[in-house]
Amino acid sequence: MINRVTRGRAFAAVAAFGVASMVLAACGGGSTSTESSAAPAASAAPADSAAPAEGGAEVAVSLITKDSTNPFFVAMQEGAKATAGEIGVNLTVGSGKQEGDDQGQIDLIENAIAQGQNGILITPMSVNVNDAIKKARDAGLFVIALDTPTDPPDVVDITFATDNCLAGEAIGQWAAGKLNGEKAVIARLVIFNDRMVSVDYCRDNGFLKGMGIDVKDATVMGDEDATGKYATGAGGDYEIVCLEATGANEEGGRKGMETCLSKNPDINVVYTINEPTAFGAAAALEAAGKAIGKDVIIVSVDGGLAGVEAVKAGQIQATSQQYPLRMAALGVQAIYDIVNSGTKPENTSADGTFFDTGVTLCTDDPMETVTAAPQESAQYCIDNAWG
Amino acid sequence: MSQTPTVAVDLAEEFMEPRTPLQRVQGILHRYPYVSPLVVLVVAMVVFTLINPRFLLPGNLSFLTQQTVVIGTLAIAQTLIILTAGIDLSIGAIMVFGQMVMANLAVSVTASNVLPIAGQNPIIAILLGILAAVFAGAINGFLITRFRLPPFIVTLGTLSVFTALTLILFKARTIQGPEIPEALKFLGKTIKIGDFALMYGVILMVAMFAIFAYILRNTAWGRHIYAVGDDPVAAELSGINVNRVIFSVYVVAGFIMGIASWIYIGRVGSASPNADPLINLDTITAVVIGGVSLFGGRGTLIGTFIGAFIIVVVENGLALAGLDQAYRVLAVGILVILAVAVDQWIRKVKS
Amino acid sequence: MTPTLGSVQPVLQGRGLVKTFGRVVALNGADLELYPGEVLAVVGDNGAGKSSLIKCFSGAHTPDSGEMLVNGEPVVFRSTNEARQKGVETVFQTLAVAPALDISENLFLGREVRSKGILGSVFRKLDTKFMREEAARHLKELGIGTVQSITQTVETLSGGQRQAVAVARAAAFGSQVIILDEPTAALGVRESARVLQLIKDLRDRGMPVILISHNMPQVFEVANRIHVQRLGRRAAVVTPQTHTMNDVVAIMTGALTIDESDQALPPVSTSVS
Repeated sequence: MINRVTRGRAFAAVAAFGVASMVLAACGGGSTSTESSAAPAASAAPADSAAPAEGGAEVAVSLITKDSTNPFFVAMQEGAKATAGEIGVNLTVGSGKQEGDDQGQIDLIENAIAQGQNGILITPMSVNVNDAIKKARDAGLFVIALDTPTDPPDVVDITFATDNCLAGEAIGQWAAGKLNGEKAVIARLVIFNDRMVSVDYCRDNGFLKGMGIDVKDATVMGDEDATGKYATGAGGDYEIVCLEATGANEEGGRKGMETCLSKNPDINVVYTINEPTAFGAAAALEAAGKAIGKDVIIVSVDGGLAGVEAVKAGQIQATSQQYPLRMAALGVQAIYDIVNSGTKPENTSADGTFFDTGVTLCTDDPMETVTAAPQESAQYCIDNAWG
Repeated sequence: MSQTPTVAVDLAEEFMEPRTPLQRVQGILHRYPYVSPLVVLVVAMVVFTLINPRFLLPGNLSFLTQQTVVIGTLAIAQTLIILTAGIDLSIGAIMVFGQMVMANLAVSVTASNVLPIAGQNPIIAILLGILAAVFAGAINGFLITRFRLPPFIVTLGTLSVFTALTLILFKARTIQGPEIPEALKFLGKTIKIGDFALMYGVILMVAMFAIFAYILRNTAWGRHIYAVGDDPVAAELSGINVNRVIFSVYVVAGFIMGIASWIYIGRVGSASPNADPLINLDTITAVVIGGVSLFGGRGTLIGTFIGAFIIVVVENGLALAGLDQAYRVLAVGILVILAVAVDQWIRKVKS
Repeated sequence: MTPTLGSVQPVLQGRGLVKTFGRVVALNGADLELYPGEVLAVVGDNGAGKSSLIKCFSGAHTPDSGEMLVNGEPVVFRSTNEARQKGVETVFQTLAVAPALDISENLFLGREVRSKGILGSVFRKLDTKFMREEAARHLKELGIGTVQSITQTVETLSGGQRQAVAVARAAAFGSQVIILDEPTAALGVRESARVLQLIKDLRDRGMPVILISHNMPQVFEVANRIHVQRLGRRAAVVTPQTHTMNDVVAIMTGALTIDESDQALPPVSTSVS
């Protein structure tokens, strides 16, 4: 006997479950804050701005990151804000709610179009935001991809990035050098294993390529042979134990590492998508009684301050450092220049597909096998780190 | 009393009425709603072991317990709330809020904290973090009882409010492992029993399940939670202060979320404002799979415990079987629907 | 004016009760007396104020004005709990039972008994065993239960059995008056008969009962006196012996008015008919 009251509640509860999942899956547009800095008093008082202000036209730029909590993106936002403040750009900072929140980014892009801004700096979440970016460009906005290239790359006007493939390659080369012929039992902790995101497959396949393993399709993870030989350095047998999705955070890193250890406790090489994931993996390995640096090596990418400090402390053996502060600052400057002088930035990377902001391999145990990036000590990287 | 026996016999007759085997199963499930999840758990563990014998190794079993710890603890809070026919979507947001309060208060002044009162004694930081979660729970309870708003709407709102508050107050900064004092990470330590690593947080979680199972079963407050969720009008007419019971449940749930905050820091070793954004749904999933009725008034903490464990077992087992994350999500989704269907069927138990 | 004959004092009494909801006047100076050992039926058309009257006595409503007395003592009820504390127990039409709880838990809902000693005082443990024994005893006294059924959840009981549980709860706690609101409305013929028997049993045990019902034959079967409510006040009090069902219906609709002297205002046993 369900009376009317409880039945009503029941529907509410069931609805709760359904709606909540939709809301959380689709709801977008994380946190947005507008940094109105120095110059733009003009925009608030259009009557006074019959002619462009003295320093040039009012420039409005949106910075759209994947989330607002990862220190990497926080640093990026800070870099952009600092430059925007200096040169007088009206900067709007926003992000998706978390990895995978495409809709959040799309909303922010549309907001930028609606506000008639001059340009967008974006770390694209996935190919799902491509259409929105095209719309922005059609509306006359200059779009720069930061850190992560779009797929295909020409969706945006230009990409300011560290070469994620190269960053991955460097740690792969390092790992192979460190193993020096020993059999590699590999765990790979990536962001997703059911979706392909460029930063994810570029770093991961780059890592395998660096070890001298045939990655087959460079844009697909998990299509390589599970066992075989790696060629870099002394060369040797390899066995891939797992490819676990972690969401690129500590909890995911820990859980993913635990799953890998359950599959095969003899893992001796751990690739991690970023340093928070590496911290989680390290915790799981320690809990399982592994001596990090001895029984097992952890390699990563990012080069955040905590990350390179962990390299110094021996928690991570090598990480590729990137320069998000530089990236965002250069992006803001580039759009300012386009509006005021029409100068467009040029591609500078090795293959000429993007504007390379550089990568450094941070390790206190340099290997001759590393050719993809310059090697520096952990201390050097700490001095140059973001976050 | 001469006329009474007829009635008594009638009553007895009805209880003795012969039933089909299916009805008998229905009757058992009705009485012990955690039996069906228990069957699912046992079957799943047997199947996963057959597929990959590593599943049953002590090392993997200890991973299973550790992966259950946060969702299990939060599911206690969610169970209390769902028993009152409520729901809490803000459960993860409150846990993250508590966790960020703890971590930010505890780190040294020179670290990446933003609060001027940072650098507290870690114990005080933990207590204040728990207090923050209690306060957040009290806000939910206040809005629900004082303004008679549906819990779904209130907590959908506070989900955003607490998430935003966390980001605003703590400048969206992740506090990373090395910065956090040991006391905050205490519950992440383990005792080794052979290859099995027993995490302190797991012990605390099991203790809390036991304590709250006792409370629900053996105290007036516990029975009133069931009565309120079952039929609030009847409860009120029976002299129970329904609002007070509901408010107290949200406050106590807040306390449990605060404990979960502490456990979470121990488990993960860092404090991130975007930790586990979907854990609120995971807790609801655990509760539902555990045979607790979303309609309120029915279910046990034993069921929830099993439900939380099932989620982790399914994910881990399918991973060891070599299946992608998408299949794990699929499997859990199917389990939820099955669980709700079984609940509906049980409720139709014949009088 | 409410006459009080001789030394017999009403167990429950209302004088000039007024209750309004906005512009709607539910009670317009209603009176009521219930005397020891009787079943008083309250009948009336929809909107006559039956429910409001009963809700005042059960504590669900507080009258705007007027006076209520229990055993001659003025009382004010702000909640059902306060009414209960004064011994006025109401079995609502919705029964106010929690379906998922068992019979014993329902009987003690809202007044659970804790264990003795430290278990009860510190650990707040309920004395489940004691409550079950007590519940079984109460049900047995009323002839409505067997001991092995006491842990059966209420939702597995039939409508009549639920009613019995609700009545048992009302009768269990040293109550002075039991008010039954449409107890047979949702029941079949056989179960209705059982509940009517239960009401008679209660009266035979000396418990005064107020029965609100639409069902005239049932009213005439069990009531000692019949209180007819009309337009928010008492239109008449008659007995099954002096008036027919048709008379009562006529009073309800206003087709018949009865002189006060011709009414059964005092208890039937002492009144001269």
